[in-house]
Amino acid sequence: MKKSVINLSSISQKYVMALAGIFLMLFLIFHLATNLLMLAGDGGKAFGAAVEFLTGNPAIKLMEYVLFAGFLIHILLGVLLEWHNYRARPVKYHKSMRSETSTFSRFMIHTGIIILIFLIIHFMNFFFVRLGLVAIPEEPGIVVRDEHDFFSMAVIWFKNPLYSAIYIVSFVFLAFHLKHAFQSAFQSLGLNHTKYTPAIKVIGTIYAIAISVGFAIIPIYFYFFYVP
Amino acid sequence: MNFILKIWRQKNAQTKGSFKTYLLKDVSPEMSFLEMLDYLNKQIIGNGGEPVTFEHDCREGICGSCGLYINGRPHGPMRNTTTCELHMREFNDGDSIVIEPWRARAFPVIKDLVVDRSSFERIMHAGGFISVNTGSAPESNSNPVSKTIADKAFDAATCIGCGACVAACKNSSAMLYAAAKIAQYAMIPQGKVEAKERVDKMVKQMDAEGFGFCSNTYSCEFDCPKGISVDFIALMNREFFSSKVCKQKQT
Ligand code: HEM
Ligand code: FES
Repeated sequence: MKKSVINLSSISQKYVMALAGIFLMLFLIFHLATNLLMLAGDGGKAFGAAVEFLTGNPAIKLMEYVLFAGFLIHILLGVLLEWHNYRARPVKYHKSMRSETSTFSRFMIHTGIIILIFLIIHFMNFFFVRLGLVAIPEEPGIVVRDEHDFFSMAVIWFKNPLYSAIYIVSFVFLAFHLKHAFQSAFQSLGLNHTKYTPAIKVIGTIYAIAISVGFAIIPIYFYFFYVP
Repeated sequence: MNFILKIWRQKNAQTKGSFKTYLLKDVSPEMSFLEMLDYLNKQIIGNGGEPVTFEHDCREGICGSCGLYINGRPHGPMRNTTTCELHMREFNDGDSIVIEPWRARAFPVIKDLVVDRSSFERIMHAGGFISVNTGSAPESNSNPVSKTIADKAFDAATCIGCGACVAACKNSSAMLYAAAKIAQYAMIPQGKVEAKERVDKMVKQMDAEGFGFCSNTYSCEFDCPKGISVDFIALMNREFFSSKVCKQKQT
């Protein structure tokens, strides 16, 4: 029986997904730390300096490609895996009561696709602007110096209530994804231990909430409290 | 007790099946679920009908043949209980009960509620054994294995191969079954010799049978009548990884 488009065993495929996922989770910490500099109250000076340092650094440039690859691999394998799993039960149950286990694990592809949509919007608004593929946003009263001035762009976007709402909702779904993902990655890699697994689950929940709340307070700050 | 039974009827693997509803009266609460079906069949036969086919053998929870999907749960509503150990007193008088076969591409329906689980057998044939004769039980202290490990290996070995894990899994994955069968050997000295080769072959066979992948939802553990732990899946993943990374040439 042909099992998948790619020739990986079930366990290898989950191994690669988990490794890519862990890489993405580390990246999120890094990205959040940078973004939180926007809240420094210095008109974006610290944040601008960080962006300048990062965009000018060849090691970071390289990491950008690795990051792309990480996303692509994770998303591609995730979609293939869902498709394979869907086909593994050609006749569905008439009545199916969900056993009282992990809820979020059932919606990984759904939360994943919402994250993907968010990523596309996110790229259009920031990364593609830097590459010159999308025009720099304009707004009366706010000056965007150049395509590297992410701070002023963020001010423009987050003053838009609809944009801020979409942004925050996306992070709620990211939290759902991460809540299951964190401990799942350890299990997929075979890193399970009666002593440490309960702790991993707690840390995973804390991580999921911290990341999402961390990102979500930025639009809230700009929308309600920031005066250009 | 009276019940409304909604049962999947299917003539054979080629034909399309459908649900049929039966009203069953005067069921004793002391009857096991299978006895209740026997009782139903007696009435169907009395009326000149075709009895409901279902699989059973030991009727004491050890052979693993009696798997039925009852009201949306493998082996019904009780945890750590096979269908044959389930009693009608667990239901309420007048309940309607939906009875379906296991649903998975790798478990095609043969007739009514009976599915073909030979995919499980083929996973075992691929490596679920020890190739040499290990003799009869040795002198108890001559095997260097701790009680903790021996107990864990035994926990894995309590798997009766009923297929509830596949039935419960949203992906129809057989990871819990394969993990239990791999772990019961991988932890003890007799099984360690061939451990790497075994995990490789058994996982390959599992994939070839068309089971789904594991999403770590853990509903398999929840619905397993023997309470097999998903810790064994992590152990299998580890074993599999080491079999790939530290592969040794077989002579
Ligand atoms: C920053 C973004 C993301 C992070 C940090 C992340 C992280 C993870 C991690 C760690 C896992 C667990 C892997 C495992 O079970 O071994 C996972 C699972 C999954 N991810 Fe993501 N992910 C992200 C984005 C996405 C996107 C955009 C998709 C798009 C389709 C996606 C689809 C999936 C799916 C389907 C699973 C479940 C796999 C399964 O059921 O076994 N993820 N994710
Ligand atoms: S009939 Fe043997 S386990 Fe139920």
